[in-house]
Amino acid sequence: MAEWFQDNSGLLGLALLDGLASAGLIFLVAVGLNLVFGVLRIVNVAHGSLYAIGAYAAASVGIFFASLGLPAWASLPALFIAAALVGVVLGPLIERFILRRIYGQEEVLQLLVTFALFMILEDVQKLIWGVQPVQHDVAMRYLGTFDVPFAGDVVPFTAYQLFVLPGVALVVLVGLAWFLRRTLTGRVIVAVTTDREAATAMGIDARRVFLLTFTFGAILAALGGALSSPTGAIVPGIGPQTIVLSFAVVATAGLGQTEGAALTALMIGLGRSIAVYFEPELEVVVPYIIMLAVLLVRPQGLFGTTTTRRI
Amino acid sequence: MRRFETLLGLAAAVLMVVAAILAPWLKFVLTIALAKGIAVIGIMLLLRAGQVSFGHAVFIGLSAYAVAFLAPAVPEALVLLIAGTAVATVSGLLIGLFVSRYREIFFGMLNLALSMVIYSVLEKFYSITKGTDGIRVELPRFAGMALERADFEWAIFALALVLAIGFALFARLYLASPMGQALSAIKTRETRLEFMGVPARQVLLSAYVLSALMGGVAGALIAMTTRHVTPLLAYWTASGELVFIAILGGAGSVLGPFLGAVTFELVRIYAGAAVADAWQMILGGVLLAVILFAPGGLWGMIQGALRRRAAP
Repeated sequence: MAEWFQDNSGLLGLALLDGLASAGLIFLVAVGLNLVFGVLRIVNVAHGSLYAIGAYAAASVGIFFASLGLPAWASLPALFIAAALVGVVLGPLIERFILRRIYGQEEVLQLLVTFALFMILEDVQKLIWGVQPVQHDVAMRYLGTFDVPFAGDVVPFTAYQLFVLPGVALVVLVGLAWFLRRTLTGRVIVAVTTDREAATAMGIDARRVFLLTFTFGAILAALGGALSSPTGAIVPGIGPQTIVLSFAVVATAGLGQTEGAALTALMIGLGRSIAVYFEPELEVVVPYIIMLAVLLVRPQGLFGTTTTRRI
Repeated sequence: MRRFETLLGLAAAVLMVVAAILAPWLKFVLTIALAKGIAVIGIMLLLRAGQVSFGHAVFIGLSAYAVAFLAPAVPEALVLLIAGTAVATVSGLLIGLFVSRYREIFFGMLNLALSMVIYSVLEKFYSITKGTDGIRVELPRFAGMALERADFEWAIFALALVLAIGFALFARLYLASPMGQALSAIKTRETRLEFMGVPARQVLLSAYVLSALMGGVAGALIAMTTRHVTPLLAYWTASGELVFIAILGGAGSVLGPFLGAVTFELVRIYAGAAVADAWQMILGGVLLAVILFAPGGLWGMIQGALRRRAAP
């Protein structure tokens, strides 16, 4: 064991760093999905499409900025601008004109409405950005690489993946905790999550909260996609891949758990990247195996609380 | 209404045969639609219990792969059908024992997760499954007869039609039986069912195994029709399509799944031919329109039209 560790320490270091970076991305998407489910009680299948559109939009905004002759550092804020644009445009549009019409309907229908949205948005992507891979990695190249000392080895790693991805995830985690616990709007969202009926009876405008939360969730999904765009080529199909992965994170963590989602994302991100380096066939399976193992022991998820059954 | 349902079902079956004779290319589409309709009956059983599975395509996939693997060794369509169905049913029992403990979102997500595990296994273990390339299915005999390709396709079409009628009748009896009634009670208020001494988990499990069996039948039929199986058969979007068809057709009648499946396949083909890159968008639009304006599905629309005629 010790010998194996010695031989593979460089690879292991790389796997851990990679895992940390991808955990940051997974967390951003999963926490948005979680928030939307908590408030609207709808599992948004189209959440992954918002991630994909965020990624494409980030590449487009980056290319646009470059065509304006802006310096390379501008490609970093371009990622955030693209995410905000996608979330602020698509979020309210979807909530106001589609989701609002099916609140209170059967769960199956709500789920299927978001599935329909997913189908539509998948083709919207193809119509706008085509099916060829899109690549724009100026932001990552601009920041260069950083030598990480690990177990006597030096692992060169891109500074973007090392600092920006986990950093943004951490800021979102802390910011969200602060927002939900310390601000009035945040507390209103928590109130609606916990007991919609009582919250409405207290005079809270649930509709406003729904609109706000969905837009916020859409921005987080698009941000995940936008931040992922410099790290590789954007291809059709990343939406459906991302959504099932964040389902796994949310179900493993337990519905409505923000900090839990962060820990689970870390666990799944690390598990997946270790698999990539040592047993690549298992890469896709690892998240679901973690999920199944957890749910077998704790049906409500790692951090979830049990709900009482109605009679 | 029940008599009307039977008559309409028979009329639809005759219409399908006529359509397949008049336009031979429709035969392929209709066979696939019938197969999917059988799988969707299984989805409908679970919907009656208020549970949505976003992973049922996995039973189609498992059965299809079983057919593809066995076809060189046992080149007999009927045996392959039974073998594929058996594989799917046993997997359904194993998975069902696990997922029948869960409800609603967790039920849906666990099905999704398990189907993704199996999908990834099919996709990643290239040495055995040929990965995304898929496997070609050898042309088997049919009931001992070595048929030409076109005749074999007719035989599978006829088999699919007979099985579809059989499963529709079976599902109607099942839903009317105490077992089927208990299934609906899981949706309305499960705790009360248990107060009456009915084990809810077993009720759901038996419906789950039945739905896996129907998925297996569909998978074997699809494998022998398309004669090429890929992991995409088991991808979660394929599972979503099954739920889509169930809602499109309407869960009110056993004819719904077939109405939905035929409409789905025809819209897919015509939309694909008209706008190659936007067929999914058109299907999504159809689904949105159905949910927002006709939540009872196509069957609900037919029923509504009949009531309006009967009312004055």
